[in-house]
Amino acid sequence: MSLNRRNFLGAAAALTASPLLPRAAFAADSIKLGAIHDTSGIFDAYGKPMDQAVRLAVQEINAAGGILGREVEVFAYDTQSDMALYSQYGQQLTRQDRVDVVHGGILSASREAIRQTMRKTKTPYFYNVLYEGGVCDRNIFINGVTPAQQVEALVPYAMGKAAGKKVYILAADYNYGQITARWIQKFVADNGGEVVGTDFFPLDVSDFGSTLAKIQGAAPDLVIAPLVGGAHLSFFRQWAAAGMKGKIPLASTTLGVGNEQKVLTAEEGDGIMVAYNYSQELDTPANTAFKAAWAKAYGSSDNIHETAVSTYQGVKTWAKAVDMAGSLDRDALIAAMESGISIDGPSGKITVDAKTHHAVLDVHLMEFKGQKMQVIETLPQRQPIDTQAVCDLGTNPNDNTQYEIQI
Amino acid sequence: MDLSFVILIEMLYAVATLVLISAGLAVVFGMMKVINLAHGEFMMLGGYATITATSLGVNVFVAMLVIAPLIVGLIGLVVERLVIRHLYGRLVDTMLATWGLSLFFIGAATMIFGNTTTGISTPIPGFAVGAYQINGYNFFIILVAIALVLALLAVLKGSRAGLIARGAMQRSDMAAALGYSPDRIYMATFFCGSALSGLAGAVLAPLVGLVPTSGGAYIAKSFITVIAGGPALIAGLISSATSFGIVSQIFTFAVSPVMGEVALLVAAVILLRLMPQGITSRFFKGKL
Repeated sequence: MSLNRRNFLGAAAALTASPLLPRAAFAADSIKLGAIHDTSGIFDAYGKPMDQAVRLAVQEINAAGGILGREVEVFAYDTQSDMALYSQYGQQLTRQDRVDVVHGGILSASREAIRQTMRKTKTPYFYNVLYEGGVCDRNIFINGVTPAQQVEALVPYAMGKAAGKKVYILAADYNYGQITARWIQKFVADNGGEVVGTDFFPLDVSDFGSTLAKIQGAAPDLVIAPLVGGAHLSFFRQWAAAGMKGKIPLASTTLGVGNEQKVLTAEEGDGIMVAYNYSQELDTPANTAFKAAWAKAYGSSDNIHETAVSTYQGVKTWAKAVDMAGSLDRDALIAAMESGISIDGPSGKITVDAKTHHAVLDVHLMEFKGQKMQVIETLPQRQPIDTQAVCDLGTNPNDNTQYEIQI
Repeated sequence: MDLSFVILIEMLYAVATLVLISAGLAVVFGMMKVINLAHGEFMMLGGYATITATSLGVNVFVAMLVIAPLIVGLIGLVVERLVIRHLYGRLVDTMLATWGLSLFFIGAATMIFGNTTTGISTPIPGFAVGAYQINGYNFFIILVAIALVLALLAVLKGSRAGLIARGAMQRSDMAAALGYSPDRIYMATFFCGSALSGLAGAVLAPLVGLVPTSGGAYIAKSFITVIAGGPALIAGLISSATSFGIVSQIFTFAVSPVMGEVALLVAAVILLRLMPQGITSRFFKGKL
């Protein structure tokens, strides 16, 4: 079942009117929550589930009596994978709809397109995506993993699985890949290893034949591949086709975020090591309940992915903070968020880091097996050490930069 | 020793890939002078045809070598009847029309197959050369490219149909005076060109993650190869694919894959500066 705002409001109104529900009707004016995601275009694989996650979280909040006794109303815009539309809808949300909070943005470019608008209009902004780290702005809250959180966990585990200490890195050629590659180099060195080669690939490269030969020439004991997007997926396919699988272990910081484990066949994917904040296979009561609620609302829970869960948790964290603050005032909300607030979400415990407005969260080490991401080990409550190294909103609350973290 | 063999195979593979992705365009653009900007989308459709047929239980080789070319050829036929045939001889107009077609195909594929990455795994296992593992599928691609060139040669040079087609492309009025219908000949040639594009997309499908916009990755390379090849269809295709494939692989191995792509483009610029009419305007003159 697809849920648009009209249907949803209809359903919410029906629920409100139902005399069976053990609560009073909502106060007259609703709380306005802005959602801004690419639900069409090339990023819709990420954006659609994120939009669904916002609606599911709000539905649950309203069913439990809303926030401060008021109903939450969703103002959702589809940015069509077009960065220009972010600025436009960002203006519309803040100046015309005058929403109380905005959740959304997917690519770093989209976040930067609306971040200043949110800051100027004093609209709290939640960016619920894993990204390259370094944003330092009192008005924004980010609950996705950053490279250091992920790589810090993944590298020692993957190196432990490898026969030796030589590592080869294959990364996407833009800021995420470059930054992540630098973190991998650091943690490989910290763990006593040696990087024998690093190659960067533009996003449209899909032929890795020569790369396979180069890698074998360097004879590494482990390959780590922060490759991004459909074209780069070819690498994992060609790696398996050349019979490299099982000879050199393979790890990635990106594969699986768009549910790629379901695109690769089991023979191609099995054994690839990853580390994320969420897997559908997480065996916790919170995740089981979440998947059931999702399946009930949308028919199937197959399309849930990491950023959708982050979005769901972002909305839930915001709701808890508003409840705690007792008002929608921005400064009261920020104070509540900085009080060390945490929620138990499908991905585990998420705590807001007051210093950086990033998240302290569980990182799960996983391996692909039978087109699923099997959780091997959970590393609880990892700090966003990369952003913490450059950002301190406690001593410098007026900071408004995205730092490039020097390693 | 092993490494030089591996590099040799990779070079052959790079050349074969360029031949494959450019063959359909060489027919449609080189012979018919239709700037087909939807060439990449024909390849993308070939890929989807293969994946769909395979998931319906058809043998993967049948799907790649028979079904995909046929389906894309038929799509090409419809496109030719509805759009292209009104635009022969109007170079710029064909460009605009086929660009629109390419957007249409991307949209249609997105609606039917969804905007997600799909794919099938390669049907041939890898094998070892000394200390190296090689993708066995590379050999298959090299074989298909060789077979394709031989078939083109046989049809265009050895058969009466090829002779008629070549004649009609040069002087359609004379062909008509001799009793052949240029309209029919153009239609058949466009069908063949589209089928070749479909074949290329199908054969490359197991190596890539296919999305509706996949075609864009091939279009520039195939145009460069065909234009740099010059007036002779087959000799031009082979000579430009060989030069670009070797140059890009040398730089890929010596420096990085990015430099390989850059080297290909730089080589194309230099080549076209030295030989603005393409390689075969100076060498292999008068060859097919």
